[in-house]
Amino acid sequence: MTGAMTAVETAAAVRSGDRSARSVVEEALAAISEREEELHACNTVLADAAIARADAIDAAVAHGEDPGPLAGVPIALKDNLCVQGELTTCSSKILEGWRPPYTATVVERLLAAGAIPIAKTNLDEFAMGSSTENSAFGPTRNPHDKARVPGGSSGGSAAAVSAGYVPLALGSDTGGSIRQPAAFCGVVGVKPTYGRVSRYGLIAFASSLDQIGPFATTVDDAALLMETIWGPDQMDSTSIPSRPDPIGAGSDVSGLRIGIIEELTDVEGIAPEVRASVERAASGLEGSGAHVERVSIPSCAYGLSAYYLIAPAEASSNLARYDGVRYGLRVDGADVAEMNAKTRAAGFGAEVKRRIMLGTYALSAGYYDAYYGQAQKVRTLIIRDFAQAYERFDVLLSPTAPTEAFKLGAKTADPLAMYMSDVCTIPTNLAGHAAMSVPFGTGVEGLPIGVQVLAPALGESVMFTVARAVEALR
Amino acid sequence: MTTYETVIGLEVHVELSTRTKLFCGCANEFGAEPNTHVCPVCLGLPGSLPVLNRTVVEFALLLGVALNFDVPPSSIFHRKNYFYPDMPKDFQVSQFDEPICVDGWIDVAGERIGIERAHMEEDTGKTTHMGGGGRIHDADYSLVDYNRAGIPLLEIVSRPDMGSAEQARGYVSELRAILATIGISDVKMEEGSMRVDANVSLRANSTDALGTKVEIKNMNSLRSLGRAIDSEIERQSVMLDSEEVIIQETRHWDEVAGVTHGMRSKEGSSDYRYFPEPDLVPVAPTDEMRKVARESVPELPASKRERLISDWGIGPSDARILVDDRALCTYAEAAVAAGGSGKDVTNWCTGEILGYLNEQGSTPEALILRPEGLAELVALLADDTLSRSLAKDVLEECLATPVMPREVVERRGLAQMNDEGELAALVDEVLGRNEDAIAQWKAGDEKARKKKRGFLMGELMKTSGSKGNPKVLNQLLDERLGD
Amino acid sequence: MSPRISPEQVRHVAKLARLSITDAEASQLAEELGVILEHAEDVAALDLSDIEPTAHPIHLTNVLRDDAPKPSLDRDEVLAAAPATEDRRFRVPRIMGETQ
Repeated sequence: MTGAMTAVETAAAVRSGDRSARSVVEEALAAISEREEELHACNTVLADAAIARADAIDAAVAHGEDPGPLAGVPIALKDNLCVQGELTTCSSKILEGWRPPYTATVVERLLAAGAIPIAKTNLDEFAMGSSTENSAFGPTRNPHDKARVPGGSSGGSAAAVSAGYVPLALGSDTGGSIRQPAAFCGVVGVKPTYGRVSRYGLIAFASSLDQIGPFATTVDDAALLMETIWGPDQMDSTSIPSRPDPIGAGSDVSGLRIGIIEELTDVEGIAPEVRASVERAASGLEGSGAHVERVSIPSCAYGLSAYYLIAPAEASSNLARYDGVRYGLRVDGADVAEMNAKTRAAGFGAEVKRRIMLGTYALSAGYYDAYYGQAQKVRTLIIRDFAQAYERFDVLLSPTAPTEAFKLGAKTADPLAMYMSDVCTIPTNLAGHAAMSVPFGTGVEGLPIGVQVLAPALGESVMFTVARAVEALR
Repeated sequence: MTTYETVIGLEVHVELSTRTKLFCGCANEFGAEPNTHVCPVCLGLPGSLPVLNRTVVEFALLLGVALNFDVPPSSIFHRKNYFYPDMPKDFQVSQFDEPICVDGWIDVAGERIGIERAHMEEDTGKTTHMGGGGRIHDADYSLVDYNRAGIPLLEIVSRPDMGSAEQARGYVSELRAILATIGISDVKMEEGSMRVDANVSLRANSTDALGTKVEIKNMNSLRSLGRAIDSEIERQSVMLDSEEVIIQETRHWDEVAGVTHGMRSKEGSSDYRYFPEPDLVPVAPTDEMRKVARESVPELPASKRERLISDWGIGPSDARILVDDRALCTYAEAAVAAGGSGKDVTNWCTGEILGYLNEQGSTPEALILRPEGLAELVALLADDTLSRSLAKDVLEECLATPVMPREVVERRGLAQMNDEGELAALVDEVLGRNEDAIAQWKAGDEKARKKKRGFLMGELMKTSGSKGNPKVLNQLLDERLGD
Repeated sequence: MSPRISPEQVRHVAKLARLSITDAEASQLAEELGVILEHAEDVAALDLSDIEPTAHPIHLTNVLRDDAPKPSLDRDEVLAAAPATEDRRFRVPRIMGETQ
């Protein structure tokens, strides 16, 4: 398994000619074939393209060229990122067979850095879910326990890193879809500041919340991937125009002020082991010289409700285009409206339909003010409360998810219970801030737990510093 | 019978003449091969994102100046959600309650027409209905071309300030002239780059209550706009007279039948679920952008008409013809700059030259006769070198071949005979060989005299080879006949 | 728990969203959406009359691109992705609603 080598190590070995990219890719493909049948982390394995790229990188190294900071590093891409000519499904029947005629900005940047996309990974259909059970192509299983979910929606990417297929993967995080599966699978997962990473080529779920981010086995690997993909992009109007400063390699937390968010830690529903992990991480940081205190962010309590109005509303509009006209599935009908309606009924799964319905309702005449409009105001409150907290603290801590990974099927019959597993991650998306999950401790079942490090907008550098310190406490 | 007051408001969609579409780099070009100007963005492919075209904002700011709009500090885009196959995303990116321009006005024939707003939005694709005679509801199926999808539009919404078809036409005509002057659209109603929808309602003169608003669409010329409104006014008055209820609906103008048809009411009603477009950021025109717009707006049609009327001494209707036809006006102004008198230049431009252009289907830019040539022709007429009929001859040649009027006059020896001595000799000669006619003139009654005099004048012109100055010849003939 | 949304409303919303649903689905959705909306009541009930809504987490303005043409896609590739095409266009069943 490549799990033995980090991305930083692999890239260094390939750049120096100590290892061939070809051998790295072959090892990754071997790891995939060994466990993929039981895990189903991938929708598509890009074996031929990956080997061709590996050979090109080896040839470049042989010619004395530098293929880039991610030279020869295999990477898995969530299957909602467009890669020209490759199947891109969003784990939905409605997009089955579609091959985009263009490539997402983040993928372009990976290729330019010498990375080798090796698989498109499974997800909850259109990234709507918290367990990867909402995939039209079947669920992904947690590499730590096949009976349990890997989390979601980027469950395939989290599992691919956790199972040692690849040292790096990309996911997307709309309400916790990177951090929560990272926590469930025992890997590092980062949700960057909104606008830091271009969304061009990321198939939209909720445009004002979606953000692409890294999965890795180490904080350093996550930082390397982050620095490869972030920065301004002219194809995304919401891309922050300033060039980001390098993340840095620091892990010194002395003098940092760290707040533990009461509303996300000390409340009913948070498993005692999860709370204990946060406490242990906090006291470890204290031991390293940080000042740690409890902090209250009252409006966090409304995050889940606001999120489940805003995200479905935007989704209902973003997913209107799947109408059977230009690409993807079509089910015939007597007229165009009937064709649209039948196509969408056949092409979307139950959760996607539920959210489209909820979002359409929240935006419809007579309900906009009470639901969507009100949720946007809650968003203002959350931003205000966080701003106050960040006057007193450099970073905040909380659990990433309320529990360790749950069993397949445990929450599929109860949408609201499923939604609750995002309660700790959602406020960050509403605020547009950065946050990441670092594996720290295990639950009663011996499964990984994640501690969430939250930072203000553009606070990636201090966030990674604290994450490294937490990682070092393990 | 009750009389009714007509209330008309107009929504005008204008396609902007940018190089590229509103949110992507695809060419904004009319008449291209189907589906060749499409990309991930304007096809609404999954994962694509819009980026606003700077020129569209600049054009909107020019419009803001030209139509006396307020431009608020910030405006945003909304999504207008509804399903239609010509709309690739099944929502239209438009502006809703925070448009770029608000509260404008223009004066039309001395009346001020309020303009509620102007906003930026994207155009839809083009649908062709196959089978069933090409009519939408009878068609077997439809074909969609997305070249037009994403072309930038400005929608200009008037207040319901117009009271007649005539006034509505005047408003659109003035708007068209302004848009052409500021150069943001080619404003061709026939090609659809300017589309006008009319909201028409009637109310009894005795009441304050507004009538039911009916929207009419599909008028593709100023003339059909006027006809459609008149037909709708007639339809509604007949209904009100017989106490029928007018329903709020959209009606389609049928140019051939000369009537409006109700359209099948769409299913599900119009719940567009507008919400702020999360993929775009607000447009907040800076002081610099506003300043550039103010300084870039050229002289507008109303003040240009006034200037031409007072500087050139031409009439209001000629001024309107010139100013409504930008190319012709530019041509005329160049001819005046080259020394032609404004009034004479205008006469030729709105007369023979416009007639020639219409006949040839040509444009002033393509005229072989350059403005300097027209100035020369006007001068030749003014100094009596040419009579008006000779001048028409010369013009005809100059419109067909690249030659200056003076050259034609010299080569063909066309210069008018103005010398009185020469002309007197000519009169003597012609009268000398027409003594019979003179005798008959003397003996005849008034009618006969007139006839004979006309005959003699004709002989004189013929003998002079049409070059004799008719004014002088007339005078001499009168003297000789002792009349 | 009283459903906050009726099966009739569900059918209306499904029409707006262009989803064909069976009566059984309409009843089930009414119940599920009711539960979610019930939970959202905590938000709907807040007095936020003096709070401005946030549509977007970052505050950028005037993100504009130059009016410069870029290559379009290859038509054959575009049409190849479509379920039905004819004469270089996308083919759809007849349209019953009105042009907007």
